[in-house]
Amino acid sequence: MPLLTIFFHVDIRYAIGASLVSVIATSSGAAASYVKEGFSNIRIGMFLEIATTTGALLGAFLATRIPTSALAILFGAVLLYSAFLSRKPRTQAQRSLPPDPLATRLRLNGSFPDLEGSRSYNVQRVPTGFSLMFGAGALSGLLGIGSGAVKVLAMDQAMQIPFKVSTTTSNFMIGVTAAASAGVYLSRGYVDPGLSMPVMLGVLAGSLLGSRVLVKAETKSLRLVFSVVILVLGLQMLYQGIWGNV
Amino acid sequence: MPAAPAPARQPRPFQPQPWRDRRIEIILGNLLRTGALISAAVVLLGACIAGVIQSALNGRGRGRGQGLIQLGLLLLIATPIARVAFSVVGFAIERDRLYVAFTLIVLAILLYSLLGSGLGV
Repeated sequence: MPLLTIFFHVDIRYAIGASLVSVIATSSGAAASYVKEGFSNIRIGMFLEIATTTGALLGAFLATRIPTSALAILFGAVLLYSAFLSRKPRTQAQRSLPPDPLATRLRLNGSFPDLEGSRSYNVQRVPTGFSLMFGAGALSGLLGIGSGAVKVLAMDQAMQIPFKVSTTTSNFMIGVTAAASAGVYLSRGYVDPGLSMPVMLGVLAGSLLGSRVLVKAETKSLRLVFSVVILVLGLQMLYQGIWGNV
Repeated sequence: MPAAPAPARQPRPFQPQPWRDRRIEIILGNLLRTGALISAAVVLLGACIAGVIQSALNGRGRGRGQGLIQLGLLLLIATPIARVAFSVVGFAIERDRLYVAFTLIVLAILLYSLLGSGLGV
């Protein structure tokens, strides 16, 4: 969505519709490769989706009542904040916390393949993560993003889920969240076939390639790429929202 | 102790079954990718029809092509919804009632968004 409004000057609500389509295509296209690596945690994803889909519905309804420049400014602010948060380093000590009783009751703890075999993890601060996910869903409905960035932050920072598990679980979640938002945009006529078609095909091709890379990439370089991209996008959107180009 | 309580009613603690979990996840992952590829194919076909027939017949086929593109987009949006629907079955097979309930909530919200919001507001 930011790329569409920045480079092609498309009306922001149609851009949101097309963007939601691209988000679903990314998520669905990449899902199979992630799942085979055994990173994503389907229970964490499904539990948190209650929050994200509710938020997405709310956001999508709000989106038609908010001026587009406000949408762009909000979007820029969200991106900058997530860039900032993702650069915060995490200490090693936090990784070996005891299981949270609520997480245990919800069966959220799991394990994933690491270089030395299988590494298990305990999920922390479930209520905080759940509320953040509601916010992430609302942003997704408002702005047409998958809010993968916010989701990864909620899982990575608040719930202390390992980075590769949070990125892949969030990839699975953004498709469902975006589907909740897209339903509303579709029924309002904001999913334009001519605009969505090239976006969807391009993004699908990209996601089939990108998911092969993530499996091999190192966590550190992933984080760096991730925060640089959202920093640039955030600055662009703020600039456009404030100077009224949207 | 009473002789034989029905096995289904026996309180059984939840046992994670990684093997089953993995198998269901792999099936669902492939479902998602297949859904995305099918909808992409429909969209592409629609785009070709819209493009080719439009230039050949001065726009008479444009509507049909656009309709196909829209069908493809609808299929794409339906893909994650189908995934959630199949997850209900997956959790039911594992007898994980808590997650059957969670997944049904998500499914209800998704269906409301797609069907209800168009009629309601």
